[in-house]
Amino acid sequence: MNDAQGSPQTVLVFGGTSEIAQSLLRRLAARRAHTVVLAGRDPVALEAVATQLRVVGVTTVDTMAFEATDTGSHGRLVDDAFDRLGDVDLTLVAFGALGDQAALELDPAAAARLAAVNYVAAVSVGLAVAARLRAQGHGNLVALSSVAAERPRRSNFVYGSSKAGMDAFFRGLADALRGSGARVMVVRPGFVHTRMTAGMTPQPFATTPDAVAEAIVRGLETGAETVWAPPVLRWVMTVLRHLPAPIFRRLDQR
Amino acid sequence: MRELLTGWGRTAPTAADVSRPTTAGQLVTALAGAPARGAIARGLGRSYGDAAQNAGGSVLSTVALDGVEWADEQAGLVRASGGTSLAAVQRFLVPRGWALPVLPGTRHVTVGGAVAADVHGKNHPVDGSFGAHVAQLTLALPDGVHRAWPAEDPDLFWATVGGLGLTGVVLDAVLRARPVETAFVRVVTRRLADLDAVLAAMDDAAAGRHRYAVAWLDAMARGRGVVAGGDAAAAGDLCPADRRAPLALHEGRHVAVPSWLPGVPMPPAAVAALNELRWRRAPSAATTTVEPLERFLFPLDAVDGWNRLYGRCGLVQYQFAVPTEAADLVGTALERLRGAGCAPFLAVLKRFGAAGRAPLSFPIPGWTLALDFPAALPGLAVALDGLDELVAAAGGRIYLAKDARLRPDLVEAMYPALDRWRAVKARVDPGGVLTSDLGRRLGLVG
Repeated sequence: MNDAQGSPQTVLVFGGTSEIAQSLLRRLAARRAHTVVLAGRDPVALEAVATQLRVVGVTTVDTMAFEATDTGSHGRLVDDAFDRLGDVDLTLVAFGALGDQAALELDPAAAARLAAVNYVAAVSVGLAVAARLRAQGHGNLVALSSVAAERPRRSNFVYGSSKAGMDAFFRGLADALRGSGARVMVVRPGFVHTRMTAGMTPQPFATTPDAVAEAIVRGLETGAETVWAPPVLRWVMTVLRHLPAPIFRRLDQR
Repeated sequence: MRELLTGWGRTAPTAADVSRPTTAGQLVTALAGAPARGAIARGLGRSYGDAAQNAGGSVLSTVALDGVEWADEQAGLVRASGGTSLAAVQRFLVPRGWALPVLPGTRHVTVGGAVAADVHGKNHPVDGSFGAHVAQLTLALPDGVHRAWPAEDPDLFWATVGGLGLTGVVLDAVLRARPVETAFVRVVTRRLADLDAVLAAMDDAAAGRHRYAVAWLDAMARGRGVVAGGDAAAAGDLCPADRRAPLALHEGRHVAVPSWLPGVPMPPAAVAALNELRWRRAPSAATTTVEPLERFLFPLDAVDGWNRLYGRCGLVQYQFAVPTEAADLVGTALERLRGAGCAPFLAVLKRFGAAGRAPLSFPIPGWTLALDFPAALPGLAVALDGLDELVAAAGGRIYLAKDARLRPDLVEAMYPALDRWRAVKARVDPGGVLTSDLGRRLGLVG
């Protein structure tokens, strides 16, 4: 069960090697989290994360093979994870791909695969998890979206549009789950310094996985529906969202 | 019907199928047919945390099962159904010259809830907790109705007192009332400039000066406080108007918190100002007044829905008890919280006397401090985790009936008789049907 301050005891992560997920799990382990299931694609990398979590005091860590594009397997996988954990207090949807915009524009099949991972797979995982949360009558679902979901940019609109889809999906799911005891939180980080962004030029308001994790923990305490990291992006994006297109384009090209 | 439920603190909402049985038979049937995620009884929802929630399972509201009558008028034994509020029991008793010996800080709790939490009042050193005045319990369990009488099944009786509703639903209870001459208390009030003076005054009161004693602390201003000691008033103490009807129950006026309140808690500066006002209004020298019993015992009942003053994120009440020799933990706790920027909005200090026999009963001889906070106060979660450790190390404990956030790894240290309680639980409810969010969160049940 989650406590009055949003601290879970059991956690299920899709995209278990995500750096934001790891940072969040370390914080939750310091509070109440004692059982974690990590679902992901790379068993070796997952096992490395599991080992680290055991060191920081998580008593039980399990790993599961999860292939985002194999949506047919998601229902069974989610059921399996919930059966292993008993109740799942917190589910984190942390998988995703960034891709290289220029290359994706030349390879429609690769762009469609990226959209399938970031959006389609999130829909199928989200709905399977939601059914189990309804049944158990409680639980938080945290979805890692992106600031890129807010307004398409020339430089990353394939990624941005896929995140826009998943962002809209989880906001809708949040409304669908009202009254069920389950809650959904959509997290919109800005540019985060991680493996995924290594070598890229940092954008303004760049942040770190630790700062994003801290914002999520705070969001769990307050029961927030959307969390921005850093928080100032909420106001920055409120302005950018309403800028006339010519001005936005000029800003985007700089 | 599936409903979203929280405790009085309005934190951690979960959904359950709520039914409202109107007869004991319906309740027994509902319990026998409980779903896989079990069932728990819920009274008036005054537990601060998740004691009366059961996510994904069944919640049996007992409030339609009310009624109070004499079991034995000569002996002052009164029989009340589990869903009867203590307010209703008092309305029955007081005009007849009797009263419940132990009453908590609100009358809006049910008899079943008062048993399940083994509530205490401002008179614990003299009168003990609620369970000490229960003569008999009739319980509904998944396999039917059980008599839990202290003489017949003392283990089940005492496991149910303070047992958080997990060893049976109280269908009815026979309670021992106490004769009273009036429905008033003689109250001696005095403000004191620091915590040491408050502790000394409370010690004095507990040493037999007063039956009731309570201290309100200004936790934002280094623990200065107002100590009130009370004793049953005799007819001669009353003013002429009240003397004509000494047993008339004065429940007092109450106002409601407006519904348009913003979703944020009161700002700390406003709380500090109100505390200042409260302290200044109290007399600097001991002053005696005669007050209606119910106004003295139930100050919070004057404001309906006061929990909404803490905003959308709700409130946490942290109540701990420590042995007498660990009295300095009261000051240490307040200091640490101030240091973490988490000064409580409300702090109430009471003295506890001898502990009862119930394995999960909260009171132990010593001090108890109850602190109210907005639940989402930054840094509070970590600060309270730290206090849990200090309390456990000092041989103290947290009040489970009010808990919404205790570190589960410390429950066994705080309640060393937990194994004894679990053995009774396993005997009377082997299927683990009776369960709650609190029971799951703290690992009390399997």
